[in-house]
Amino acid sequence: MIHSSMRLPSLALSRRQALLGLATSFTLGRASLALAAAPGDRRFVVVILRGALDGLSAVVPYGDKALAALRPELMMGQPGAAEGLLDLGGFYGLHPALSGLHAMYAAGELLPVHAVAGPYRIRSHFEAQDYLEYGADHAMSSGWLNRVAALMPQTKGTTDTAFSVGAVVPLLLRGPQPVGSWLPKTFAQPEPDLYARLAALHRSDPVTGPAVAEGLKERGFSKATLAGSDEPANKYAFQALCSSAGKLLAAKDGPRLAALEIGGWDTHAGQKNRLAGPLKQLDEGMVALKTALGDQWGKTVVLVMTEFGRTVHANGTGGTDHGTGSVAFVLGGGVAGGRVQANWPGLGPGNLFENRDLQPTADLRAVTKGLLAQHFGLDQAALARVFPESERAAGVSGLLRA
Amino acid sequence: METRTAHALIRFGLGRKGAEPLPADPQAWLAQQLEGPDPALRVAGATTEDGLLAIREQRARRQEKEGANPVRVLYRAEQAKYVANLLSTDVPFRERLVTFWANHFTVSLKRGECAATAHAFIREAIRPHVTGRFGDMVLAVMRHPAMLMYLDNAASFGPDSYVGTRQRKGLNENLARECLELHTVTPASGYTQADVTAFAKVITGWSIEIGKDPVGYVYRRFAQQPGDKVVMGRTYGEGEQAGVALLAWLSQHPSTYRNLATKLVRHFVADTPPEGAVRRVEAVLARTGGDLKAASLEITRLPEAWTPLTKLRSPNDYILAVLRAVDLPADKRPPDVPGLMAGLGQPLLTAPLPNGWPDTATEWAGSEAMLRRIDWAYGFTGRVAALDPDEVGRLALGPLLSQATLTQMQRAGSRRDAMTLLLASPEFQRR
Repeated sequence: MIHSSMRLPSLALSRRQALLGLATSFTLGRASLALAAAPGDRRFVVVILRGALDGLSAVVPYGDKALAALRPELMMGQPGAAEGLLDLGGFYGLHPALSGLHAMYAAGELLPVHAVAGPYRIRSHFEAQDYLEYGADHAMSSGWLNRVAALMPQTKGTTDTAFSVGAVVPLLLRGPQPVGSWLPKTFAQPEPDLYARLAALHRSDPVTGPAVAEGLKERGFSKATLAGSDEPANKYAFQALCSSAGKLLAAKDGPRLAALEIGGWDTHAGQKNRLAGPLKQLDEGMVALKTALGDQWGKTVVLVMTEFGRTVHANGTGGTDHGTGSVAFVLGGGVAGGRVQANWPGLGPGNLFENRDLQPTADLRAVTKGLLAQHFGLDQAALARVFPESERAAGVSGLLRA
Repeated sequence: METRTAHALIRFGLGRKGAEPLPADPQAWLAQQLEGPDPALRVAGATTEDGLLAIREQRARRQEKEGANPVRVLYRAEQAKYVANLLSTDVPFRERLVTFWANHFTVSLKRGECAATAHAFIREAIRPHVTGRFGDMVLAVMRHPAMLMYLDNAASFGPDSYVGTRQRKGLNENLARECLELHTVTPASGYTQADVTAFAKVITGWSIEIGKDPVGYVYRRFAQQPGDKVVMGRTYGEGEQAGVALLAWLSQHPSTYRNLATKLVRHFVADTPPEGAVRRVEAVLARTGGDLKAASLEITRLPEAWTPLTKLRSPNDYILAVLRAVDLPADKRPPDVPGLMAGLGQPLLTAPLPNGWPDTATEWAGSEAMLRRIDWAYGFTGRVAALDPDEVGRLALGPLLSQATLTQMQRAGSRRDAMTLLLASPEFQRR
């Protein structure tokens, strides 16, 4: 199953590149951006956190008495303590790396949605990411964001404002509505975490093991970097892409839909060290997006989502394994934020899904449908085409200010 | 997939191509590939004559800046056909042998004009003899314009020859020396500098005609060193046939068989060739008078050839194995394979020296070289993000895919990371 993406006319590239402000030597790592056209002046941005974010570390329910005993090694300081959580009203606290999001929360522009999951209950990254992007628990010919673009009236469908930065258009935006792809001429390099996994695989090999270890040392990767306690090498990639996305979306004749993605969430080991970097990148990226959008921030809705959550218990290597319920974020100038949207299932005995995961009490499709209905005015029939077989996940109202 | 099947596909082949059918009997599959003429010869290609005419044209137009270099145009077209064949071939064992012998008799683009005839050299001097007799291959190589140009014999003149005395041109020992040292008997045979010089004199006049028609190999009587020459204790008279006789003798020398057997076993079995295996192949060469098909088949019968894989894939083997494994559909823009080969350190037909590309892991497993493989694998996986890494791994490696790699793949945060872990795994580096 390979989707070929269109090649763009070369003329437009220099202008795009200028708008993006990306140097040709820029390495994108696991961040990517794709954009599509839509009528009107409302903007919609979807950020995929590929690899499964531990929602309980991003928005910590520190008020739940069961939490500390389930994952003692992953606990952070209480709100008010040095390096402590950033309080969200007495029960939840944001991870300390999310200070920009915390400021948006204070301004009423951030709405965390907790204990949320898609309709599938599988713990395979690949299938779950596919379903998250198809908007269904089976394969489809298009991603749900592409269907949104197709369903909106008077979509021009020009390729000029629709394109993807990176090697491939994400599944989320693939489909009949045209999206091109643009790849900066760089030799992409993986994140330190992937190097670390490969170094581990090669370690026992008498020939390649020493070569890989030595090569990483020569490239300046310290043992600490590979253990995950340092910042990723290309820590500005996501922020730069967010800034570029904001500038393009803000333009009068620019695109209206954007799909961003950022990796680094698959924290099976050393999670406390490993998670701070990606969270900080996400935080800085969202601030950069808001700044670049300027006045258009008020007409923009951002949905940040991940394929599934992680186990509530910490595992034997200071990390967490694939789980179910996680957290999503809704951001924007018109978001009814400054609160946490959750029907909290609790973490006590008998409350966990399959005795291991955060029990989902909200459907990601219901959240998304609520946003699309209010933001773009999509009716029930249109929403049913965006998310087929989602009758039981009725759109959540009140996520945006009227 | 059974382990023997995986070994046949990987040790003796270029890696499985997508989900191509598996051979029922691995050894019979290998033997079958050596039957009949080389199927790659059915595809038309530029001949040596075409190449030499391109050189003539290029030399004539050197002053003018306009237009494409005809040598480069010809080479690019040939290179594209060559790479396409490697990616799609159904006789990968035969192709591995072609690559092996083309490397044994290296002609390198380091000598720029060799680009014009390098692919014709493989088609005319190597391919017809890969399943034939070594002596025939040696003769075809030594009289091929690509080799005569690469190792300077076209510019070698007997000092006492008609041309030598009148134009003060002299001997060039390059081809004679490499033929003794690398192609045939090796220094183990005990030849001396006097033997090298005498050999060079024997093959004076083995030259190339480029300036006038017909272009091609030519024996220039007026460049031949007069008189008898003594090479390794044997006396050779004047004329082209003396050189033919000398090469026939060298090609059947016990030291030559030893050299070829050692290199073949090192290539297909292990960096340190097991002595018993070398002896068996050596014995077959001696018994058959240098039958390369018999020698190749003998390698497939060695018990050592079915033990766990320890050889490191050379960069080009690695690239081909990856591209065959993911088996890009025809509508996908194919990657720039020659560019990749250069990027990973093994530019096609451009070995630095006449001894060709190295054939041991230590030469290829440099630290930066290994990281480049990883980086390339990561960059490449961005293009094949929709493929299922588990499926690709299962198809390409079968039982050789390790549990450790599989576990890391299953724990990877994205399909792309999982695919990178597969393609950059230790087992994917092996053949």
